[in-house]
Amino acid sequence: MTDLRELSIDDIESLSVGAWILGTGGGGSSYLGLLNMRALYAEGYRVSLMQPADLADDDWVAAVSNMGAPLVGQERLTDSRTIARAVDLMERHTGYRFRGIMALEIGGGNSIQPLMAAAHLGRPVIDADMMGRAYPEAQMTSVAVGDLKPYPLSTVDCRGLESVVEKVPTWKWMERVSRKICVEYGSIASTCKAPRTGREVKDWGIHGTTTKAIEIGHAVREAQRRHEDPIAAILSVEPGKVLYRGKVMDVERRATEGFLRGRTRFDGIDEWKSTSMELAFQNEWIVAWQDGEPIAMSPDLICVLDSVTGEAVGTETIRYGQRVTVIALPCPPVFMTPKGLQHVGPRAFNYDIEFKSVFA
Amino acid sequence: MRRIGIDVGGTNTDAVLIEDGKVTGAVKAPTTEDVTSGILDALKRLGATGLLQGKKIDAVMIGTTHFINAVVQRKHLSKVAALRLGMPSGASLPPFCDWPGDLATLVRGGVWMVEGGHEYDGRPFMPLDREAVTNAAREMKAKGLKAVAISSVFSPLDPSHEREAAEIVAAENPGAIITCSSDLGRIGLLERENAGLLNAALADLARDTIAAFDKAIRDSKIDAPLFITQNDGTVAEAHQAMKLPVYSFASGATNSMRGAAYLSGLDDAMVADVGGTTTDIGQLKNGFPREANSVVQVGGVRTLFRMPDLMSFGLGGGSHVALDPVKIGPLSVGYRLLTDGIAFGGGQLTTTDVAVAAGILPLGDKAKVAHLDKDTVAKVFDEAKRMVEVTVDMMKTEAGDVPLLAVGGGAFLIPDTLEGVSRVVRVEHGDCANAVGAAIAQVSGECDQIFRDMTRNDALDAAAAVASDRAVAAGADRSTLKTIETEDMPIAYLPGNSLRVRVRVVGDVASG
Repeated sequence: MTDLRELSIDDIESLSVGAWILGTGGGGSSYLGLLNMRALYAEGYRVSLMQPADLADDDWVAAVSNMGAPLVGQERLTDSRTIARAVDLMERHTGYRFRGIMALEIGGGNSIQPLMAAAHLGRPVIDADMMGRAYPEAQMTSVAVGDLKPYPLSTVDCRGLESVVEKVPTWKWMERVSRKICVEYGSIASTCKAPRTGREVKDWGIHGTTTKAIEIGHAVREAQRRHEDPIAAILSVEPGKVLYRGKVMDVERRATEGFLRGRTRFDGIDEWKSTSMELAFQNEWIVAWQDGEPIAMSPDLICVLDSVTGEAVGTETIRYGQRVTVIALPCPPVFMTPKGLQHVGPRAFNYDIEFKSVFA
Repeated sequence: MRRIGIDVGGTNTDAVLIEDGKVTGAVKAPTTEDVTSGILDALKRLGATGLLQGKKIDAVMIGTTHFINAVVQRKHLSKVAALRLGMPSGASLPPFCDWPGDLATLVRGGVWMVEGGHEYDGRPFMPLDREAVTNAAREMKAKGLKAVAISSVFSPLDPSHEREAAEIVAAENPGAIITCSSDLGRIGLLERENAGLLNAALADLARDTIAAFDKAIRDSKIDAPLFITQNDGTVAEAHQAMKLPVYSFASGATNSMRGAAYLSGLDDAMVADVGGTTTDIGQLKNGFPREANSVVQVGGVRTLFRMPDLMSFGLGGGSHVALDPVKIGPLSVGYRLLTDGIAFGGGQLTTTDVAVAAGILPLGDKAKVAHLDKDTVAKVFDEAKRMVEVTVDMMKTEAGDVPLLAVGGGAFLIPDTLEGVSRVVRVEHGDCANAVGAAIAQVSGECDQIFRDMTRNDALDAAAAVASDRAVAAGADRSTLKTIETEDMPIAYLPGNSLRVRVRVVGDVASG
């Protein structure tokens, strides 16, 4: 008997806060996704969570995400039905019937996409994703590290445009081709990634990440409610580490090759009083230097949090004067392997630094 | 130039007369429920000074919190017909979808969503479904809805669909008061649409209120055009302000900051406006408050339009004070200060009592606060200092010391030296800085658009040209225009080096 847990709307509210933290500065806002889920729950829809271990080896699982410019998403509001259509198109194309739906990335707004599809299609959400956070590119996933098949991929937009990328030689090609389609659609598309078997999800999925995001979000919301320290609350549910506490002194941003890149400089307070920190980002936080020495880097998760509320501060919204606490959370083991580091280590982001984990 | 500036605050209605750049008269009258009798009273008091005798007044500028109060208190709001152009996108998140339930019930008159809208690069998203707009307009008419809010996907980039729909609605529904979201807002459909819905809900109230203001001025025998102050520290002519009441939401704090800049002659400084319950801190850049570039909640509704970037915290002249450990606010005795404060025979220790004990304020009975020793007084003032310092630092956009303008009735709580502050400046008439800010207000124009395949400089120039034309259309004298704010932000994932540019210009009110 499969063990399904029905998610409450409170779980989903927590998921949205926790996913923003796991977004490590990127991943986009989950606000519109959350509004959609509130509306769906008010209409009586419900979503259940299924553990990867409960999948049969030959089940098929849909992995979904929204792709594109967050700014476009602010105008062409996320519609819960669009992501369900991406899954539906993939079923029509492959002839599979998906057992469940999972997130490509648990960081930010994409954590809610599988829930919207699941509500409309009446399937469970699988408690797993392929990043354990947010990353900017298609090859930065556990399934790419595992050299699993990168195709086919379906993309739809709300007007009814539908495309399937039938075959590509590599994950990098998939990134390039799908992004071109997305731009033609108006720089926003809902996508269903290459279907995965139950076996593949069990072997290569990053398990328990929906639950993890809910727990982190719940800890923050409870601490806020009780006027307690939300950072301490996060560290009570996650084996993370405080890297720095300080104030934003400078932010430098530039858009190159479609990414938001830049650096942020902090001045320390408390025990970090006379030290400085610099954080480099490419949509997400990638490397942290303390007094010029790299002390944390991808794939470890670097999360910048508002020191008072505990909520995540994004690379698009961070600004001078904010009081922040920088914490590191451990990364999924799959990315710590030599192959994993090729995909998401510092060199994958053009930093010539040898990876050293905060938790080593 | 001779102008009267009026600020209708929560407690007092202040009026000042400015002649040739100098404040020659300043009066206060209690604010009244109907707002206008307070204005009449203030004008009568100003007239009683003899200053207005036989003089030609060039303009009257009024700042009011009446419209935001209507939203917060859920009073005098009209039912609104919401028309959104953008189907099939966002169908699952219709207008009002993120409003507080009680307010939505009060304001939602009907929702129509039809095909239309644009892409981020100006291409049409879907052709405008004119037939559906016509049908919607007829249904609105049948339902008796007169207030209409129209929003369209990416209308800040291309407002043509909103304009066309407005014409259709106006033709089908003569007498309808129509708000187009592109007249208000920035990119972010839901927030811009919300601003439009609030605006439409306030249209009737704005028309009646501003007409009553006008009558109060005529009844006071003043023959001068009426202007209403706006959130960004500028003014709009009365007939224009009537159409966009949400632009007058936050004018009180803004007027204060503008007035402080004017009275001190400082254009770049922090301003701390200390009232009875809270202190508002904002930053002046080129004489104007820096604006918030983020979502602003009004009565529980998320909106995104021109609002000053302010931080408010619980430090005021009436704030409760606890001594062990030392804590100030956030509770306040408010307007009951002169009865509830210990120095006035009451039972609640307030910041004013501490100032009386310190010999700073010649109020009340000093003997009643004699138990507050020097050390205790110093601790309370240290706490006030710390509260101000932290907020000033958070409001800064870069490192370095800045001057701080201390205004408002509770300005005595700001010490003369603060960390991160080069000097504390106090000004004459600082307690009616808001009315002064209203009296000296200018006219503005804004542009917030995405430019592609242009150099950064060309994009900035193009945005400045759009903003200038809008300022002139709003009543500014072109020869006096000045750019006061420029901001550009590269946008991820959009092709063609997309750059979002926001420019704001201001100029003097054109005469005649």
